[in-house]
Amino acid sequence: MEENIYTIERSAPWRETLRKSMKASERTSIERVVMPAQAPDVRNRNNQEVNAGLSEEQAVREAARCLDCANPTCVTGCPVGVHIPSFVKCIEARDFQGAARVLKQTNTLPSVCGRVCPQEVQCESKCFYVQKMQKPAVAIGNLERFAADFERLSGKAELPEKAPANGIKVAVVGSGPSGLAAAGDMIKNGYDVTVFEALHEIGGVLKYGIPEFRLPNAVVDAEIETLRRLGVKFETDFLVGKTATLDDLREEGFKAFYISSGAGLPNFMGIPGENLIGVFSSNEYLTRVNLMGAASDERDTPILRGRTVMVVGGGNTAMDSVRTAKRMGAEKAMIVYRRSMDEMPARKEEIQHAMEEGIEFNCLLNPVECLADEKGHVKQVRVQKMELGEPDASGRRRPQPIAGSEYLIDVDLVIMSIGVSPNPLIPRSVEGLAISRKGTIEVDPETMQSSIPDIFAGGDIVRGGATVILAMGDGRRGAAGVMRYLSQK
Amino acid sequence: MNKIIKKEFLSEQVFRMVVSAPRIALRRKPGHFVIVRPTAEGERIPLTISDADPKEGTITLIAQKVGVTTHKLASLNEGDYVQDIVGPLGNATNIRKVGTVLCAGGGVGVAPLYPIVDGMKKAGNRVITVLAARNKDLILYEKEMRAISDEVIVMTDDGSSGRKGLVTQGMEEVIQREHVDEAVVIGPAIMMKFAALTTAKYNIPTLASLNTIMVDGTGMCGACRWTVGGKTRFVCVDGPEFDAHQIDFDEILKRLGAYKEEERKAFEAYQQKNA
Repeated sequence: MEENIYTIERSAPWRETLRKSMKASERTSIERVVMPAQAPDVRNRNNQEVNAGLSEEQAVREAARCLDCANPTCVTGCPVGVHIPSFVKCIEARDFQGAARVLKQTNTLPSVCGRVCPQEVQCESKCFYVQKMQKPAVAIGNLERFAADFERLSGKAELPEKAPANGIKVAVVGSGPSGLAAAGDMIKNGYDVTVFEALHEIGGVLKYGIPEFRLPNAVVDAEIETLRRLGVKFETDFLVGKTATLDDLREEGFKAFYISSGAGLPNFMGIPGENLIGVFSSNEYLTRVNLMGAASDERDTPILRGRTVMVVGGGNTAMDSVRTAKRMGAEKAMIVYRRSMDEMPARKEEIQHAMEEGIEFNCLLNPVECLADEKGHVKQVRVQKMELGEPDASGRRRPQPIAGSEYLIDVDLVIMSIGVSPNPLIPRSVEGLAISRKGTIEVDPETMQSSIPDIFAGGDIVRGGATVILAMGDGRRGAAGVMRYLSQK
Repeated sequence: MNKIIKKEFLSEQVFRMVVSAPRIALRRKPGHFVIVRPTAEGERIPLTISDADPKEGTITLIAQKVGVTTHKLASLNEGDYVQDIVGPLGNATNIRKVGTVLCAGGGVGVAPLYPIVDGMKKAGNRVITVLAARNKDLILYEKEMRAISDEVIVMTDDGSSGRKGLVTQGMEEVIQREHVDEAVVIGPAIMMKFAALTTAKYNIPTLASLNTIMVDGTGMCGACRWTVGGKTRFVCVDGPEFDAHQIDFDEILKRLGAYKEEERKAFEAYQQKNA
């Protein structure tokens, strides 16, 4: 791919001048800028975004902390290979539009990533400040969000450069982060890209899963609009494998497929009473609220509200669910998690935000039964205390039940947020596709090519449940795989 | 967006719509359903495909006015567009020659039953259909069923059409008269429950098609789960048809009422607005 050498070249004269404009000791003495946020007791009653975004002055000051390392280790922590120091230095030089341009070279959804990426375990964990100085990393995620928002709000969103159309039809199955990233890379390279989506809206988990207070739909829509302007075609209400098979699409001229149909079936615990009324999966609860707008009187989809809501699990989806329940009016919204706070897989920021908002955390506790009232509605959960034993296969200490420690918690709603299994529809509908024991599609990890040459796959249908950015990284690798395959054909 | 080609009421509450959906019309088989969202503010609900015309590119849907969503759908007219239809969803019925098939339909359950009767007949089976409802006006598709069944028995609670009695009485009569190899029962959960109990007495393999609450309909949300054979299954990807003798119908009856209160309030508000 052609890169814009001028903007990303570290040796560019403007960049050298910028580096010399401030001593390293001056840069490292600047404190990391704190992201402004809505007050906890205000935001837990509205659905607006929690983080407010950096001001221009804050962004420039934060960008000045970056030492523009000769060997930027931060980049190695980014699944999509963003030219991090280059965009950060553009911000310091107040070329905010230029910063956005650098981001969009490698990242189809910068304003999404700036919000939901776990930067603290990716780019920021590899930052010089963390590695060598035991200081807080440059706030790369916050800066990414700043640059992408600046461009979007300026109304002057530039389209990335695009190769001349080559007329080759490629299909992307599923319009979540992985599919959108793949579509972005392929359209920029001149391919004729159609994205097929089963739901009535584009965006996948970015729309139905991640709540408005963490990722506003308007932000997602703006990124999708950019893809549309680039020429990507979107077909909603189209379930590949059912509405048409891959063979049908091959006959219609599609030369290759990138499958990013996502994680499907929600997991349940298999405990008695789990199918009572008022027991949801996170997917259902969040889809009703986020995609279907169930909180609004103007929308027809119903939702059950509860004064006391228990969310089972410790991942980001559990945090999204419990914080949503609080915003839906729960007086008491609690997490029940079978390990300790230290093992919780959710981002630290999300846990922190949830705690500030008054979410109750009950760790080392596990539900064993849901109990019903006379109408079949859940009213209590029997829980059991746990303790940590030896590390298990995941390296985390295995939780073990403490005998005789069971007790009851009164609840109105229970939301199970204990992971998902791959969506079985595509694997079932394609004969000869190699599927793992877990039901994920097996691919070559470099090219994302499946056992069938014209089918590539990535995101949760391959990983079984991961993050937006890993899905996007797969999308980029998958797009490269598709394009290499088609150019060699 | 799917254009409504034809719409008619089959009874006061039940209506039939022929809508343009060329891809679905091509691929649908007996047993399949679609998810419909009538309007942009609307809810996603599952409806079975009762017929299709691949040449015309249309599918036929039958629904009963119950709550806000079905009333909104019913208020759309020929020439209007349904906001979203996705499908065909679910697994097709396992249609094959088994001998004699007893098909029982209650209420709007005849809509999904019709293509199954048609398929079973075409596969070379002797097909006996029992249609049941509270009264004559609620017996749907009698003429259509007669055209494709070897025999049709009509049962009404009040005796206003056919014979007075429950669906199970009609079924028992057939079972006692002749050998039945397989049964298919579709209708309200309570009807399916007793129909399944009836065939269980005679060890007749029986299929029931479950119509549940769904949101996405594609295996993502888990709203449609129930206990079948002691295991949690998803109607959208594992069904909609299951071994009727393994289904926990009491759980279904409860789960179908999950939003009763919310639905009642929403419907009252809807009626006031449209009064």
